[in-house]
Amino acid sequence: MAKKAGNKPNGSMTDPTPALTPVEVAAMSVCARHGNKPDELLEIFHELQHQLGYVPDATLPVIAKALNRSRAEIYGVLTFYHEYKRHPVGKHVIKICRAEACQSMGTDTLCRHAEQSLKTKLGDTTADGMVTIEQVFCLGNCALSPAVMVGETLYGKVDPKRFDEIIGSLEKEAAE
Amino acid sequence: MIRVFVPRDAAALSVGADEVAAVIASEAKKRNLDIQIVRNGSRGMLYLEPLVEVEMPKARVAYGPVAASDVAGLFDAGFLEGKPHALAHGATEEISYFKTQERLTFARCGITDPLSIEDYRAHGGFAGLAKALQMKPIDIVTEVTTSGLRGRGGAGFPTGIKWKTVHDLPAGEKYVACNADEGDSGTFADRMLMEGDPFCLIEGMTIAAVAGGAQKGYIYVRSEYPHAVKVLREAIEIAKKANWLGDNIQGTKYSFELFVRMGAGAYICGEETSMLESIEGKRGIVRYKPPIPAIEGLFGKPTIINNVMSFAAVPIIIDKGGEFYRDYGVGRSRGTLAFQLAGNIKQGGLVEKAFGVTTRQLIEDWGGGTATGRPVRAVQVGGPLGAYIPESKFDVPMDYEEFAKVDAMVGHGGLVVFDDTVDMAKQARFAMEFCAIESCGKCTPCRIGSTRGVEVIDRIIADVDREKNLALLEDLCVTMTDGSLCAMGGLTPFPVMSALRGFPEDFHKPSPDRFLADAAE
Repeated sequence: MAKKAGNKPNGSMTDPTPALTPVEVAAMSVCARHGNKPDELLEIFHELQHQLGYVPDATLPVIAKALNRSRAEIYGVLTFYHEYKRHPVGKHVIKICRAEACQSMGTDTLCRHAEQSLKTKLGDTTADGMVTIEQVFCLGNCALSPAVMVGETLYGKVDPKRFDEIIGSLEKEAAE
Repeated sequence: MIRVFVPRDAAALSVGADEVAAVIASEAKKRNLDIQIVRNGSRGMLYLEPLVEVEMPKARVAYGPVAASDVAGLFDAGFLEGKPHALAHGATEEISYFKTQERLTFARCGITDPLSIEDYRAHGGFAGLAKALQMKPIDIVTEVTTSGLRGRGGAGFPTGIKWKTVHDLPAGEKYVACNADEGDSGTFADRMLMEGDPFCLIEGMTIAAVAGGAQKGYIYVRSEYPHAVKVLREAIEIAKKANWLGDNIQGTKYSFELFVRMGAGAYICGEETSMLESIEGKRGIVRYKPPIPAIEGLFGKPTIINNVMSFAAVPIIIDKGGEFYRDYGVGRSRGTLAFQLAGNIKQGGLVEKAFGVTTRQLIEDWGGGTATGRPVRAVQVGGPLGAYIPESKFDVPMDYEEFAKVDAMVGHGGLVVFDDTVDMAKQARFAMEFCAIESCGKCTPCRIGSTRGVEVIDRIIADVDREKNLALLEDLCVTMTDGSLCAMGGLTPFPVMSALRGFPEDFHKPSPDRFLADAAE
């Protein structure tokens, strides 16, 4: 081992592996922070998504190697959970609850309103890349339905009017 | 110095509690008044949130729901002296919604500062654990068995039996896992407790660890609850510093390490074996049982798995004795349940009551009827896998067995109220749609059955061979009930069949395109 390493100082001359991209480096360091432990995979994805806004496919081989799992397993976990995004999303992710309690207070109307006023569909991002709207099932605010979450901020009793106010405040924030 | 309480509970925040707290602070500064703002948990009267309380010598006085724009007026009216105002409700504990409850698990929630361990101790906290540390583990298990506590997550399995199984296995690597993946619509008790009294959960889990001989524990919290995750992580650090967690707890031989794991938006991970897979960093695919998790659970080791509400009931059971807890309730449903009034309800919130209370009492006496003011038509009890019950069953007492007799389930105690505008065929279709979206895909009845279920209901609604398709739907439901691996596919027929049996008229409406038109929009 020592001899081999000596022949290839830093591996830079003969190593055909191209330099890691920033995304791959990010994945590697997040895994390292979690001790490269396979059972922390969900936390690793959460952290990557927090940093990058989504979990790029390019990170998967890096994570697989770090955790000593197959790429298929890593891919399987990523795609199993609704929360993880595989593609870039809007600056703000707005989750609209579509579960029963919110249905009883008109979330269907709210969803239609959101789609129409933002000119996009649930699960999609507005043309200007500002907002992604998505459906979720229960935000745990069922006594103050319908519930909406923007990033980590929870809103209750959201009717179309209040929804527009929330969007308005996001736009105002962006303009400042 | 006057203490003013403004909740930090996510529900309170969702209607502006942070803003209210900020405005109260700045208004007090402007008026040169010395106040201390305490960010407490919620009292559970969510219809009054943000509920601001002012501490008076004899009691705390409530004002709510307070908007930021009300604050100046409250100061003018003298709310810091507990004086009247249009939003005043008098002493919080005298509000009938609150006063009529039997608060055991939620005894502290909303009263204390959730992250003050001194506050927690001053209100009886850690009394149960202190006692447990001096007891023989088997005596702890016996006390829990005596209490009659049954799994509060919905299945109602006796907690003492689970604990006994783990206790009886040879010493070695064992775990405690808390299911805080509260995915059922209409439930928020777990969230309220984690945000409002996190030490109570920590204490309950630590008692479980002592009883079962576990060294490590995990709390699996859903990602939709970022506030709860933050509070729990802070609380764990505080408890560690105070030596209520970690090595040699309070100088005893017991050590227990606790971790928080965040889910990622998969409803199925509320199923215990899916949750275990997820904690292990895998896809949340249901495991076959046996082996039961008490024998081969997390990382293949014996594991005590309980819901937040089950663990949180334990400290008071150990502190006051199993018989104290057992004296509440009816039949084989002992103790209290945190009922959650949700959906189309005028006075939504949390009502902790002994078993035996009826749906009608809950939605009328506490809930005050619907928010829309229209008649109640259906109540879904026990989450998305629970039955829709019609008015004729509103007087059945909340009791696991009594509910089972009428083809319904108490579950986690969540009640979602619908007024008379609800279309029950649409609700039945949603139950199947939800199952199709959230199924883990391991077993066929759940994975395929749910998708076929949506199609069959669509045909019924569209009046295509209606009678034949109704028969087919019943048949499909039987297959799902009998053939699914877990409660996801096994209980989805509950809401579907209860809607069909309780509200058949909605499946026989003449206009065939009402839902299709809706879907096309």
